[in-house]
Amino acid sequence: MSDPLFEFLCRMGDNTLVLGHRVSEWCGVAPVLEEDIALANTALDLIGQTQLWLGLAGEVEGKGRDADKLAFHRDVWDFRNVLLVEQPNGDFGQTMMRQFLFDSWHLAYLKALMSSTNEQVAAIAEKSVKEVTYHLERSTDTVVGLGDGTAESHQRMQNALDRLYPYVGEMFLSDDVDAAMVEQGIAPDPASLREAFDAHLAEVMAEATLSIPTDDFAHKGGKTGVRHTEHLGHMLTQMQWLQRAYPDATW
Amino acid sequence: MVGEKPSLETVWEWLDAVPDPEIPVISLTDLGIIRDVQWENDTLVVSVTPTYSGCPATSIINLDIETALRAKGIEKLSLKRQLSPAWTTDWLTESGKAKLEAYGIAPPQPAGGPQHCPHCRSSKVEKISQFGSTPCKAQWRCKSCLEPFDYFKCI
Repeated sequence: MSDPLFEFLCRMGDNTLVLGHRVSEWCGVAPVLEEDIALANTALDLIGQTQLWLGLAGEVEGKGRDADKLAFHRDVWDFRNVLLVEQPNGDFGQTMMRQFLFDSWHLAYLKALMSSTNEQVAAIAEKSVKEVTYHLERSTDTVVGLGDGTAESHQRMQNALDRLYPYVGEMFLSDDVDAAMVEQGIAPDPASLREAFDAHLAEVMAEATLSIPTDDFAHKGGKTGVRHTEHLGHMLTQMQWLQRAYPDATW
Repeated sequence: MVGEKPSLETVWEWLDAVPDPEIPVISLTDLGIIRDVQWENDTLVVSVTPTYSGCPATSIINLDIETALRAKGIEKLSLKRQLSPAWTTDWLTESGKAKLEAYGIAPPQPAGGPQHCPHCRSSKVEKISQFGSTPCKAQWRCKSCLEPFDYFKCI
């Protein structure tokens, strides 16, 4: 295993990078102009946070790789994002359900990181919390509005929850990297955040009149890099196209 | 550099004249993003904090600071990115808020929404979207004059 701190920083940065890219795919094609702008703004925040996380990862690694190198010069097996964020956008409802599930975990995790013993990690978390707070506000409102909306929107949101719920569990799995982070006081144990997440999820889904699947099966392999879903590779062919076709091109 | 080092007050005055690239009616100091200016031996160190982590204006702002200070004869310059404490709209100066309003952007309010329409001053306003033309703004509409307007949101 490489340096656990580097691994941890890649996980943070890859989550925001992959979700940021996914959300940016809506730019220009969202259902209404306001939502298009909101999605693009959210994507921009996530990409900004990526620059901070992957920039720090590159510094920690000390091999001269910066955020751009890490984002554009790695292949699927080097990515450390959870599987949830690489799932395709689907319809608008599925995109917003994915956003809500991720935001709920993200905000709780970032809040805990604000008291990290690593000052740079704490500073990035402090900055990100402000942005992720309004991401969660918006994704919650939208999930409730569409879930408790028309018969059609309700059904689509239920389908989205059923489709994405098996990807929730991975966000709370702990492994050796997490254990090392806990030991050094850098990051909390993700498993310790599950109970509060479940309570919050139950509350919002009740308001949205949606049923949480009872099967707690969880797909995993993204944050460890062992097994990504097919979708990430396809996404990277788009995201990394320029650097693959013209390596080291700059402007 | 020829002659003596300019005083920090002078440097602050210079920075006060650098406009924000996105909202040019306010300066970088009005925005509250210049956190510190210090001489470290003969190098001028300017600490800048980003407004939003993904704000594309951040790199332009650094370029503008560098251009302005170089034009004043500063040769040894270092720009530091300071993330903590994170930028807050509380750091906008009073004159900055007044300039925003005169420009047609409602300034941030502790209540979380605009006090009144920046065009006709009516207090009958409604939110269209929490997100606007840039990360720092939300879209609102005046129910009296019916004009949409930007609100500089609080963070």
